[in-house]
Amino acid sequence: MTFEKFVFYVFAAILVFAATMVITRRNPVHSALFLVLAFFSSAGIWLLAEAEFLAIVLILVYVGAVMVLFLFVVMMLDIDLATLKAGFIKHMPVGVLVALVMAIEMFMVVGPANFGLEKVPAPAAQGAGYNNTEELGSVLYTVYMYPFEIAAVILLVGIIAAIGLTMRKRPETKFQDPSVQVRVKKADRLRVIKMDAED
Amino acid sequence: MIALSDYLILGAILFSLSVTGIFLNRKNVIILLMCVELMLLAVNMNFVAFSHFYGDTVGQVFVFFILTVAAAEAAIGLAILVVLFRNRRTINVEDLDTLKG
Repeated sequence: MTFEKFVFYVFAAILVFAATMVITRRNPVHSALFLVLAFFSSAGIWLLAEAEFLAIVLILVYVGAVMVLFLFVVMMLDIDLATLKAGFIKHMPVGVLVALVMAIEMFMVVGPANFGLEKVPAPAAQGAGYNNTEELGSVLYTVYMYPFEIAAVILLVGIIAAIGLTMRKRPETKFQDPSVQVRVKKADRLRVIKMDAED
Repeated sequence: MIALSDYLILGAILFSLSVTGIFLNRKNVIILLMCVELMLLAVNMNFVAFSHFYGDTVGQVFVFFILTVAAAEAAIGLAILVVLFRNRRTINVEDLDTLKG
């Protein structure tokens, strides 16, 4: 067994373990943290597949942004865990059965018989001058320019939708209205009264 | 050497695990969202593996777009979840039956 293969199996074992923990933990915070572990180990596996840029993006975007968002929401909501976990045992047999059937089916399709080393030989390792980010960018900014810009618009839509959904006006909050502040006249604030001078 | 089937089988196992998760945690919307993220990860694993073994960068470009859409989806999904919890004080899927579906 080569060192590469050993590293692959270690990362794969951690990944499967973390995924199992994500779906079986009682506490959603633990699930989210195990999901972070799953993303981390799959980033390692992507590094082995020479997808360095995507491995870094997975850690920066997923672990750094999406999972922190998940943790925020999980900790912000006051969830009643007992009722949410009811039926866990009841649905266990059918869930495991469906997953087993799916896994066996997919194994028969993508197993070593069809995609083994004899069918798809391993590619030669890239030279020292190879730059995955440059390679990806040279395709992304030329051939896939339009999809790239559409992706930017999708992110903008995501921002606006998330803000628009969660924003609300509460009557008890105190805030300043700049347009009213600008429109104010002298007479609104200052009252000049006439009175006799004091001796 | 690592074979292509190793990556694909790992992706298949990951996908099956997340399907099991959807069956097991069918009341908790947060865990359902996490299972969807795991499924996307399994699919991305296949894209990266095929891209590596066939020497085609397009697979990685596709993963890039999937990551973009998944991030937007997670943000909007969690925003909907927060609004839902604010209005109904629950995230139990079985209590969300206003549409009588």
